Amino acid sequence: MLKVTIDNISIEVEEGTTILNAARMIGGKVVPPAMCYYSKLKGSGGKCRTCLVKVSHSSAKDPRPMGKLVASCSTPVQDGMVVQNLTSPEVIETRKGIVEFLLLNHPLDCPVCDQAGECDLQDLSFGFGMEETATEEERREFPMIDIGEKIKLHMNRCILCYRCVYTADQLTEKRLHGVLYRGDVSEIGTFIQHAVTNDFSGNMIDVCPVGALTDKTFRFKSRVWFLNPMNAHRDCPACSGKVTAWMFGNEIYRITGRKDRYGELEEFICNECRFEKKDINDWVIEGPRHIRRQSVISANHYEEMKKQSLIDPIAGTMESLT
Amino acid sequence: MKHLTSRSKIVSNKKMTFWERIYFPAILGGMWITFGHLFRKKTTIQYPEVNREFSDIYRGKHVLKRDDEGRERCTSCGLCAVACPAEAITMVSAERKPGEEHLYREEKYAAIYEINMLRCIFCGDCEEACPKEAIFLTKEIVHSEYQRDKLIYGKNELLEPVDPAKRIDVSKRQTPEVLEFKKNKRYKHNR
Repeated sequence: MLKVTIDNISIEVEEGTTILNAARMIGGKVVPPAMCYYSKLKGSGGKCRTCLVKVSHSSAKDPRPMGKLVASCSTPVQDGMVVQNLTSPEVIETRKGIVEFLLLNHPLDCPVCDQAGECDLQDLSFGFGMEETATEEERREFPMIDIGEKIKLHMNRCILCYRCVYTADQLTEKRLHGVLYRGDVSEIGTFIQHAVTNDFSGNMIDVCPVGALTDKTFRFKSRVWFLNPMNAHRDCPACSGKVTAWMFGNEIYRITGRKDRYGELEEFICNECRFEKKDINDWVIEGPRHIRRQSVISANHYEEMKKQSLIDPIAGTMESLT
Repeated sequence: MKHLTSRSKIVSNKKMTFWERIYFPAILGGMWITFGHLFRKKTTIQYPEVNREFSDIYRGKHVLKRDDEGRERCTSCGLCAVACPAEAITMVSAERKPGEEHLYREEKYAAIYEINMLRCIFCGDCEEACPKEAIFLTKEIVHSEYQRDKLIYGKNELLEPVDPAKRIDVSKRQTPEVLEFKKNKRYKHNR
């Protein structure tokens, strides 16, 4: 077991754990944000640089600080390591720059985008970004593409996190889309608008941290904060059948997988569950899902709260309300 | 005991004098006050022949603005509805079809946009929340109706006319900072 200290909180973790995962074991505010890392996808991470942290003590043997900020999602911890996330002004300043870089080509179309309200990039820029942009250049523009019958690709909004590519690689047998070209002209594409037809391809939508991949069956139907997310399940031969049903009254507007507090899917679900089953009789509704208090989706949603959970015993913050 | 106002008086049950008992001077005093009001400035306004002067930033009936080319500015983003403390606003969005570019500014628009004027408290939060400068409150007041459903205003009642002469000027409602920002052509949505 290795002892690591993140933002003055110590924890013992197993060898090979990354700083990000160690921070997630602590939980609360010390967890660096991540746009490209996805714990369920092997090889993801290291691309977006939002999770950069400062290592002020490399290890117990070598107490020198690391030369520059490191990506916490791909740096394994060492014994006696001391990490600074929010306590370091350098990290905050860098993150501000990273957000600006991510938004270089990201259009300001949140009012139109279906992802608004549950978008990681929105949260990130709200938390760390600046109000203004320093660039005058035009943003990249691409036509919208339908990839497959049910998925819409807005390449304008893509931040090239590669999550969807890893999903397709690791979840389905034959990947039909990938990243074309290189550098700042690279884009997600399919071979001559080849349809993505795999059974589990719909998970790309949930995995996408921004609104680049969206559900065509839900396109412009409603805003997420008007809907009630409910836990629902059904007997599905292909997947676990455990989903979130986004309901308005007795109507199901869309089906997504269940996401944990880091916005990652608990289980991947199949396309039949996601796109075909929009009738309330197809599902067993378990009850309302817990929504983070800070989320816009929690507007006008009320739920019973247990008193003990109000204050996080470790971080001493109200974070566990999330 | 310290009183909260200087106007409170302690009630006493003292015996009234003869002049007080006949009430005549008190009645005369009252009549004098009434008579004096005849020569004061009138505070009532002969509505509807005369209209009261409203401030430029009075918060009355809403308007859904169009842009300079007559396209609807609202993209049905739902921020007004989520900001509304009275939950008076509902909307249904639709996707703009090719050939409708002259009608709607963005690829999404509000097919149905309703404000329940019975619920609305005219706080102006919708105006503040709107990222597209699409909804504003105006000087116009909402008239009463005999039927409740007539007070659910849809796009027919709210949308600004296309005719440039009949447009509603809202520039006085916008802060100098907003007007200054709109001059900045560096931002794409100001071009």
